[in-house]
Amino acid sequence: MAFGPHLLLAALEGLVTSAVLALMALGLSLVFGVMRVVNVAHGEFYMLGAVVAWWVASLVTGHPALGFLAALVISPLIVGAVALLAERLVLRRLDYNPEATIVATIGILYILQQLALTFYGPDARPVAAPFTYRVLFPWFGYSGYKLAVVGASVALLLVTWFVLMRTRLGLVMRATQYDRETAQAFAIPVDRVYAGVFALGAMLAAVAAVLIVPISQAHYLMGLDPLLLSFIVVIIGGLGSLRGTLVAAVLIGLSDGIISAFFQPTLAKMIATLIVALVLVFRPTGLFGTSAR
Amino acid sequence: MTGEEATREMPATPVPRRRRPPAGNRVSTGRVVALHAGVIALLLALQFVLPSYHHGVLARVLVLAVFAMGYNLLFGYAGLLSLGHAMFFSAGLYGAGLSIYHLGWSAPSAFAGGVISGAVLATAIGVLALRTTGVAFMIVTMMFAQVFYLTTLYFNVWTGGDQGVVLQQQARTIPFAGSTIDLTDPATRYFAALALFSVVLFSVLALVRSPRGRVLVAIRENEQRTTMLGYDTFASKLVAVVISGIVCSAAGAAYALLFGYVGSTFASVQYSILPLLWVLLGGAATTLGPFVGTLLMYYLIDLSNDVLAAWAPGWNFSAIGIVGIALILLILFFPKGLLGSIRERWVPWLP
Amino acid sequence: MTEERASDMLPKTSLSRRNVLKGAGAAAGLAVGPGFVRYAQAQSSAPIKIGFQAHKTGIGASYGRWYERTTNAAVKLINEAGGINGRPVEIVIEDDGTDPNRGAEVVAKFANQHKCDIVYGTLFSHVVIGSAPTAGELKIPYYVVSEGHHVASTKLNRYVFQPGITDVKSQIQAMAPWIAANAGKKVTQIFPDFAFGYDHRDYLPPALKAQGADVIAQIAIPPTESSFTRYFPQIPADTDVIYHVMVGPAVLTFVKELGEFYGSNRPQLFGFIDSLEAVDINSPGLGFLDGSHFWEGSPRYAQPDDSDAQKAYRAAVGIDDNGAAVGDPKDISTAAHMFGCWETLYVIKKAMEDAGYRGPEDRGKLVEATEALTEFAEGPEHPQGPKTFNGKIHQCFGIQYISKVENGRLNVVHKTSIEDGIYEPEGDYTTMPL
Repeated sequence: MAFGPHLLLAALEGLVTSAVLALMALGLSLVFGVMRVVNVAHGEFYMLGAVVAWWVASLVTGHPALGFLAALVISPLIVGAVALLAERLVLRRLDYNPEATIVATIGILYILQQLALTFYGPDARPVAAPFTYRVLFPWFGYSGYKLAVVGASVALLLVTWFVLMRTRLGLVMRATQYDRETAQAFAIPVDRVYAGVFALGAMLAAVAAVLIVPISQAHYLMGLDPLLLSFIVVIIGGLGSLRGTLVAAVLIGLSDGIISAFFQPTLAKMIATLIVALVLVFRPTGLFGTSAR
Repeated sequence: MTGEEATREMPATPVPRRRRPPAGNRVSTGRVVALHAGVIALLLALQFVLPSYHHGVLARVLVLAVFAMGYNLLFGYAGLLSLGHAMFFSAGLYGAGLSIYHLGWSAPSAFAGGVISGAVLATAIGVLALRTTGVAFMIVTMMFAQVFYLTTLYFNVWTGGDQGVVLQQQARTIPFAGSTIDLTDPATRYFAALALFSVVLFSVLALVRSPRGRVLVAIRENEQRTTMLGYDTFASKLVAVVISGIVCSAAGAAYALLFGYVGSTFASVQYSILPLLWVLLGGAATTLGPFVGTLLMYYLIDLSNDVLAAWAPGWNFSAIGIVGIALILLILFFPKGLLGSIRERWVPWLP
Repeated sequence: MTEERASDMLPKTSLSRRNVLKGAGAAAGLAVGPGFVRYAQAQSSAPIKIGFQAHKTGIGASYGRWYERTTNAAVKLINEAGGINGRPVEIVIEDDGTDPNRGAEVVAKFANQHKCDIVYGTLFSHVVIGSAPTAGELKIPYYVVSEGHHVASTKLNRYVFQPGITDVKSQIQAMAPWIAANAGKKVTQIFPDFAFGYDHRDYLPPALKAQGADVIAQIAIPPTESSFTRYFPQIPADTDVIYHVMVGPAVLTFVKELGEFYGSNRPQLFGFIDSLEAVDINSPGLGFLDGSHFWEGSPRYAQPDDSDAQKAYRAAVGIDDNGAAVGDPKDISTAAHMFGCWETLYVIKKAMEDAGYRGPEDRGKLVEATEALTEFAEGPEHPQGPKTFNGKIHQCFGIQYISKVENGRLNVVHKTSIEDGIYEPEGDYTTMPL
């Protein structure tokens, strides 16, 4: 294949990665920013979103789009509820201590994995895409659904953006993020904000998972790699900067895609990871961060 | 975490009575040394009475506990949360293993080779990663470790990739005074593991009770203030990273020699998370916590497999769920890890 | 015989620790007992304990579940027919988490804690290679069902065997003539940059070369990858055949994306069924596979000419004509590999009976008896087909199947002969000390 088309394909692939990554990392970034904790179980909320999507889609008969749309609504709700439960039962009792939260969320990670393995099984199971349209470029074919994922992700990000910036709910969250004590003094129910943010973060991961599950499959170990990538995105973007998270998701997704066009796959992964690491080394607060902690 | 009480013993201002004041070190030194010597003696005695399975387990746990102790130096004392320590462990593992496998080195020089690889890698990573702090440090170390992991896959012609390579039994011997020490023999292996463990345990103990160790704790508690006091915090942190890397690579090199397998699984992110868990379970910034945590985690997995097989056959339930529940219970009720909580509640002099 | 037994019963190792342990153990009532007690036990109907190192969790869990079902089915039959040497067989399962470190621990647990007679059943090659040193040191026979070339490479040790499934090097060699003659001469390989991917990378090019065909590109995919489209442009335009083999949770994505990339206007496809093991061939997005070919270790779908043994095997394990679990059509089996568990258990039975195996003191004899085996006839014990066994490299060689995807089924179109897969041994385990 000629170089131009190759690059186009790599960029398209990178864009799809970016789109899903942005949604997932935004959830992590919110939790990070507002609650100041590292949620290691974020990847498992993503996995749970995909597994629930499979379950919902397998219950709905008829056109695959019906099952998919049902999953798009139900899956985030269920995952949000699970996250809320975990937050109330565990994280709150730990008083959001950073180290304790890491251990606790690793515990939640294992429990969610176990539940998926017990009730869903070890197989990778597919969900039918709501539509199958193959976009025909002169040089190669491309999944129309993948392009739709990019669009859906942008739309969802805009909605989230609106909620955070233009609604009272978002104001309350941002106030809590900016200064917890002052927010409390202004009668903001910080405790409930935390619960809401944690659930919202998980729901964003679940939405990302529902979008991705017709492309890849639901599998009980699918959470780890996206978790690590989202961590990277959040830090590169700059802690607490939602704008930074989005920019970083696009940059990392695209660079990952484009670098893969030049090298052997394993080498490409090595180079892409190394470049991102070095960005952080020479810009320790990330692209849009002010201070790391 | 265990930070607060250590802070309290940092400043020269009056300290709570049950805290060990810096000047009073000598009072508890005897007790502390006796405790550690006692632990070593107990482990030595166990060598003769443990049934062979548990005997073998303990040898493995001792090696992995050295890994955890190296991690604890950086995380517990210096307060630097790394998610990349698998690369230091594997640097030792590959350094020792591949020099035997490809170069035919003897076991002692291979061990040295492993430790030197770890030291070199840790210096390079330290210089780069220490430009960041906090969560960024965690992510940078994780990414470097990921690169290291992919490197072991990429050069699979030499490393064997994820399948790894096996070191034959005859290569894992040390010629000594006319005879040979066979590291594959269970008793010898146990002694070797215990020897490494003891050396590292007392080195760590000496280090954390030395002025340099105190500076590390000071950095963890308040880096700016430590800088203001005239300490070069970057140099101190770099030394901590390098020592931590050396200890972890020693564990990796010992693993290759004692257990005969070298593979990239040990470089994967999972083996960076494990030492963190072991340390947090046992108690960060405690000298014996890493060992206790490693042991606890091992038997948690091992016994829950047995219990599940006996009580929940046919259920697709495995040790990971049990470990998850145990982690949450532990962090809820022993938030500072086992030894950390014991120190806080009952035995304040525990190092 | 008696003399041999006496010498076998002598403690082979003169470890001070062992002796101390024995003394202390006897006093404390900890030890199982010295040799003669064990011997007395063996003569009774105490079960033969087989430690089953199972991938119940981790990346191998899909395979692990089916390995377990197959094992249970075979053991049930063996026990119904009187067990081994008149003793029932008991399977002790331990989860290895598909991790080489835990794998080695599990082998030690089988040997020292569960007092198993042998260890058996591992699939993933890194677990096999990680566990092999422990099996060798503890001198416990270790029968794997992995298909990797590691055993036959003679880089492991004398206690590791693979008597129930042909290794990948042999499979590849047997596929090459068919690929060159029927699919095309210019081959591009896509394979994992881990696990048995190395075997495919190393052994396909020479095997094809011998048939006058060439590998024109090799694309190795790292394990952290869950999306593959970006690598497809690296497939040269003049490729006649794409040879694909993937493993792990992303296998379906891989095949689906290949379809999106090429559509119906694709080169020939030849895949190892590992790319779709435990995955329904009629999953959404796989329609483009129609007409492509797969290697199968044993056919997933029931074939018109299935032997009675094959039918009985499928019924016993509980898979229907489509290779799915009876009663759950979505639960697809790992048919191309799990037959190896069944056959390995029957090889163990045969070897134990040949060795007159009574207990752990006879492990050396069991190793020698296994090495002395030469062939296994097709039949209820070997439903996949006949096999030969090379005791020097501890590896069996059997027939391979090539199936074509037609109307949402895999239909066998070609069976290779055993000779197609025979290669020169790379070493000799039997010269190593026991």
